[in-house]
Amino acid sequence: MDMKTANKKMSAKDKYRLLTRDLSWEPSYRTEEEIFPYLAYEGLKIHDWNKWEDPFRLTMDAYWKYQAEKERKFYAIIDAHAQNNGHLNITDARYLSALKIFLQAISPGEYAAHKGFARAGREFRGVGTQVACQMQAIDEIRHAQTQIHALSNYNKFYNGFHAFADQRDRIWYTSVARSFFDDAMSAGPFEFMIAIGFSFEYVLTNLLFVPFMSGAAYNGDMATVTFGFSAQSDEARHMTLGLECIKFMLEQDPDNLPIVQGWIDKWFWRGFRVLGLVSTMMDYMLPKRVMSWREAWEIYGAENGGALFKDLARYGIRPPKGWDDAEAGIDHMSHQFMLGLYQWSFGTSFHAWIPSDEDLQWLSAKYPTTFDKYYRPRWEHIKKLEAAGTPFKNYGLAKLCQCCQLPTVFTEPADPTLICHREVEYKGDKYHFCSDHCMSIFDNEPEKYIQAWLPMPALFQEPTNGDLGAWMDWVSLKDGQDNGDFADSQDRRNFEMWRGMATSNQ
Amino acid sequence: MSTVFIALQTNEETRPIIEAIEMDNPEAVVNREPAMVKINAPGRLVIRRETIEEQLGRSFDMQELNINLITLSGNVVEDEDSLTLTWGN
Repeated sequence: MDMKTANKKMSAKDKYRLLTRDLSWEPSYRTEEEIFPYLAYEGLKIHDWNKWEDPFRLTMDAYWKYQAEKERKFYAIIDAHAQNNGHLNITDARYLSALKIFLQAISPGEYAAHKGFARAGREFRGVGTQVACQMQAIDEIRHAQTQIHALSNYNKFYNGFHAFADQRDRIWYTSVARSFFDDAMSAGPFEFMIAIGFSFEYVLTNLLFVPFMSGAAYNGDMATVTFGFSAQSDEARHMTLGLECIKFMLEQDPDNLPIVQGWIDKWFWRGFRVLGLVSTMMDYMLPKRVMSWREAWEIYGAENGGALFKDLARYGIRPPKGWDDAEAGIDHMSHQFMLGLYQWSFGTSFHAWIPSDEDLQWLSAKYPTTFDKYYRPRWEHIKKLEAAGTPFKNYGLAKLCQCCQLPTVFTEPADPTLICHREVEYKGDKYHFCSDHCMSIFDNEPEKYIQAWLPMPALFQEPTNGDLGAWMDWVSLKDGQDNGDFADSQDRRNFEMWRGMATSNQ
Repeated sequence: MSTVFIALQTNEETRPIIEAIEMDNPEAVVNREPAMVKINAPGRLVIRRETIEEQLGRSFDMQELNINLITLSGNVVEDEDSLTLTWGN
């Protein structure tokens, strides 16, 4: 009788050596400079690519196995969600606004990250780095696809989901995330790694995915929890890659420190501004809130980021330049930005609304030092105007920051009653900024940022020439359906009607 | 001492893993949040394959953690027997 004996298992280290490190070769008929032309121009000095450490030592065979398992789990739940009218299980239809912003602004960012990592995998020299970037490139396209696929179930029933790709390119608030990724992708490979691998993945995605996905679970949205956690299971690997990359650069040569520190300063602030969108989702758009933006920042920003920068101090790294100003903005940003979204809701492909009394109470409790003093009176005033039949609409155009592309709605770090605005003249043109940090990012590379595409000037160019209706057509915004106040929206009416039908026999 | 943490999805696969982490890290604090379990520890957290296998009743590959992992914080050291998270300050 044959006895089945298990094959002797290779150790993870051996497997990693054979299936990853062993894949590289020394070029013989082309120089390294010809093959990897972008490695030198950012000024970083790398002496030994073999010092690159990949703590997860994931090999391609294991990668496919585990990713396939994640996909099977994902599609089992997405099918169940579609088959069981999962869209009617969400708390209420206000929640959909958060999903619309996610699909229009964040999912295209995943696709951009895919392109960026595919490029970085080609441009880096070491094989450990190349394979890790290749896996991340595949992860990122998977995230874009699973998010679009999961949210397509909502597109069958609700407005605002139908033109996310056009809106990624043309509507105004999505350009915040778009310009972040465009900026990263048009940088060199090392800066790209700091931008996405370090600042975005390590310092910031926890704030995006973890409390928000937990929030989706609180709000009964099985589909989003599933794509969120499925994506986030890759993020732990991405964060580790970002952290390892930064340690690698700093260990390779002491001259790298000032370059790396400059990128950390820049990309922390750029990422923090993208989170402006997320703060409104957490504080205002989840009908059932899991924690406030302030509380999420305490755990994932202040505490976790603080621990990280304390750890990196051994290399001479200090916390990012904008750290204190970020902290000063935490108790204000979601309110300032949501007030903006409400007054410009004619131009958003999602709904905004006046918070209910109960919501205002929650906000007062979560922001005891700021909300009642600065923001409740503004909401109360807006409520009065609404009741009088003259709702507060701002048909003026927002002034956008040339760097982060957010409207300049945020206040001075030391004075919450004064809008923060900076101006720079460069080659005869005036450029506007939301903060000192965005201005200094511009000052450092003006030739890059003067080329930025900004959505407001686009309104006055061909083919819309300043016509609001033509602009709505151009950004695929259906007036009266996709935009405006939630209170009298089709989404609200339909959701309430369908839920009523699902829970009674009428 | 800075806090390290690991967060796992709440499901049947992670229940024994979380039990194993609690056994190996008496200082760890387990927070059960909607759909996820976040485990904090001061400075250091170790996840051991052997303890997981005892709880699970089958053999376990440390890389299986990838399937249900949501996020982590700390410097990572992994081999086939354990995964360790540390902040060196």
